[in-house]
Amino acid sequence: MSTLTEEFTPRGRTHEPDFQAVVQEKGNVSDGVVTLLLAHAAGDDLPQWQPGSHVDMVLEDGLVRQYSLCGDPADRSVYRVGVLRERAGRGGSDFVHDRLQVGDRVHLRGPRNHFVLQPSASYLFVAGGIGITPILPMVAEAQRNGADWKLLYGGRSRDSMAFLDRLAEYGDRVDVRPEDEHGLLDLDAFLAGHSAGDLVYCCGPEPLLRAMEWACSDLPRETLQVERFAPKDAIHADDDTGFEVYLQASDLTVAVGPDQSILERVEDAGIPVLSSCQEGTCGTCETDVVEGDLAHRDSVLTEADRASGETMMICVSRCKGKRLVLDL
Amino acid sequence: MTATTDHVPSVAEFDFDPFSHEFLSDPYPFHEQIREGGPVVRLRQYDIWATARHEQVFAALTDPETYCSGAGVGLTDFRKEKPWRPPSLLLEADPPNHTQVRDVMSTVLSSRAIRALRETFTAKADELVDQLVARGRFDAVRDLADVFPLRVFPDAIGLPEEGRENLMPYGNMAFNGFGPRNDLFDAAMADAARVTEWIMFCCRRENLAPGGLGRDVWAAVDRGEITDQQAPLLVRSLLSAGVDTTVYGLGNALVALASHPDEWSKVREKPALAKLAFEEAIRFESPVQTFFRTTARDVDLGGVRLGEGEKILLFLGAANRDPHKWEDPARFDVTRKAAGHVGFGFGIHGCVGQQMARLEGDVVLTALAKRARTLELTAEPSLKLNNTLRGFSSAPVEVG
Repeated sequence: MSTLTEEFTPRGRTHEPDFQAVVQEKGNVSDGVVTLLLAHAAGDDLPQWQPGSHVDMVLEDGLVRQYSLCGDPADRSVYRVGVLRERAGRGGSDFVHDRLQVGDRVHLRGPRNHFVLQPSASYLFVAGGIGITPILPMVAEAQRNGADWKLLYGGRSRDSMAFLDRLAEYGDRVDVRPEDEHGLLDLDAFLAGHSAGDLVYCCGPEPLLRAMEWACSDLPRETLQVERFAPKDAIHADDDTGFEVYLQASDLTVAVGPDQSILERVEDAGIPVLSSCQEGTCGTCETDVVEGDLAHRDSVLTEADRASGETMMICVSRCKGKRLVLDL
Repeated sequence: MTATTDHVPSVAEFDFDPFSHEFLSDPYPFHEQIREGGPVVRLRQYDIWATARHEQVFAALTDPETYCSGAGVGLTDFRKEKPWRPPSLLLEADPPNHTQVRDVMSTVLSSRAIRALRETFTAKADELVDQLVARGRFDAVRDLADVFPLRVFPDAIGLPEEGRENLMPYGNMAFNGFGPRNDLFDAAMADAARVTEWIMFCCRRENLAPGGLGRDVWAAVDRGEITDQQAPLLVRSLLSAGVDTTVYGLGNALVALASHPDEWSKVREKPALAKLAFEEAIRFESPVQTFFRTTARDVDLGGVRLGEGEKILLFLGAANRDPHKWEDPARFDVTRKAAGHVGFGFGIHGCVGQQMARLEGDVVLTALAKRARTLELTAEPSLKLNNTLRGFSSAPVEVG
C-alpha cells in the first residue's frame, strides 16, 4: 500500500509517493556500474516522471540514497537506475552491488525532479561517469522532440562508462571521450559550438561541474543546468541549502533537503538521538560537530559556543556549505 | 463524579486525595479517571483545579504569564499562606525576576559545563557498576540509584565532604513540601532544622570548592548579574533539586529495564540506546509527578473557565501517559520518540538541570549495558512515597 509523504519544494508542499518496489533485474553494464530494474511491489503503475528525476531509495541500513531514473518515462512498469560502486564509499553502493538481489524489496520515495529538461530547439549535454544516468533520458527526449543536440560523455575508461551501447544509436551526436584515451574533457572546444538559446545540461563529479560552471560563466545565466552528485552517494542539492551529513560514529551519510532538519534525517536513519522542544530552545539535541560550516538557528548557544563550532542544535541549525560531519 | 459545580456546569469533580497513600502508591488508575473526566477537573479535597491531559498540561507550562509560579508551585498559595521556607528565586518566581536568575543558572548548568563532567561521571559509573556486576545480585535502588548521584553530584557542586547525608533529606523535604501538610510532609520535616542548617552552610561562597558549580553561581555575583543575597538561594536550588530527582529517576529507569527484559536486550545490543531508555523512563515513570501553577487572570483551559488566582494541579506523570498524545502509553519502549514528554517540565521553567540528569542516566545505563547481559528483578520493588516524587526504595536485581 502506498502512502504519501510530503516534500517541500520551493514552490510549496507537494505530496510525493512513498512505496515499496521490488528488484526485477540487476545487471552489470560497465566496470563498476550495475543497473537495477525496479517494479512496484504491489503491481501498480509506477509514478510518472520526467527526464532529470530521481528517487530516494531507502536501503536496509535505513540510509537514504538518491538515484536518477535513466530509463524510459513512457514505461510505467519499471524504473531503471544505475549505481556506481564508490571505492571510498560508505556502504550504500557496496550494498547495492553485493547484497541487493533480484526479488528484494526496496523502499522508494518520489520521484522528484530538480533537473528539469526545459523545452529548447537545441541542447548541449555533458556527462561525466555515472552522471550519464539523468542525461540518458534527456537525450532520448531531445531526440524524440526533434531538437538539435550533442552529448560530450567522459569517464575513466571505455570499460567503466555505462550505456555506450544505448548511445551508439545516436551516431555522431554523441562524443565518447574516455580519460585514458583523450585526457580531460575539452569543455571550451565543446562549448564553442554553443549558439544563443541553446540550453546546456551537465551531470557528473564535482570537478567536472565546477569546470563547466567556469567554462559557461560568460553565457547567459539560465543557460547551464547542473545536477550535483556527491562524491560518495548520489545526493542532489535541492537548492543551495540542501547538504549532506556524515555521521562519523555510525559511518553513515544522510542527505538533508532544504526543508528537512538534521534531526529528522538522523532519526530516519535510525540513529538514537534525543530531542524535546524541536525549536532550538531546550538544548536537548545538542550534538558534537566534527567538521562543517554551521548556520546556528537555536537560542541556547552563546556567541562563544557558536564561534567555536564545536556543537550545534540539530533540530533547527543547518550547514552553510555542502557537508557536515557530526559525532553521531 | 457529579455533573455540576459552583464554577462551571458539567466539570467533573472528584473527592479522592491526590496526596493520599492510596493515590501515591498507584496513581495510574486515578490519572485515568481524571483524564477521562475532562480536560480540566475539580479536586474537592483541596478545592483546586487539576488536569491530567497532555494538551492542557503543556498549554499551562508554556504560558507562564497566565499560569504563574510566583504564588508557589505547590499547594500553598504564597499570597495567602507562608511557605515552609523562603521561596525559590528560580522555581517560584515569574519574569522579569525569574529571567535573570534563570539565565545565570542556565549558564552554570550549560551543555558545555555538563559535558566537562562526562569523563569523571563515566569513570565513577564504570567503577560502581563493575563492583555491582561482579556481585551478581544487588539492589538497583539501594546500591546504585541511591549511590551514584551522591558520588558525582556533590563533588560537581563542590560541597564539603562532611554532612552530605543531609542532601537526600533536604530534597525529600522540598518535594514533600509541594504537597499538603500531611504525614509524609511531617515525617520529612522531622530533622528540618539540622538539615537546613547544613544546606545553608553549603550555600556560602567560602564553603564551596573552587572549580565547582556552586562557585560558578557566585561568579555571577562577581560579574554583577546577581546579588550576594540571591546567590545562596540559587545554590540552594541546585541542592534541592539536584539529588532526589536523579536518584528517583535512575531507580525508575533501572526498575523499568529490569521489568522489561526485551527492552533491556535492545539496550544491551546497542548501548547508544541508553540515553533513550533513560528518557523513556522519565516519561513512563516520571520521577516528578506533579507541579502546581496559579492563574494570574481569568482563563479558558480546555473549555473550562478558571478564575483569577486559582491553583491548578498539573499531573506531569499523567500527561506522560495520555493516550491522546502517546501510542500505547503504558508500554515501556526504549526506541520510542519520547520528545514532548513533560517529565522535565517545559518552557521557561523546564528543568534547568536536565542535561545533568541525562548525563547521569546515560553513564550508568551505558555502563550496565556494556557489562550485564541480563538484568532481572528478583523481588517486587518497594515504593517510596513522597507528595511529589514517584520512585522506589528497593529493587533487588540479578545480573548475568
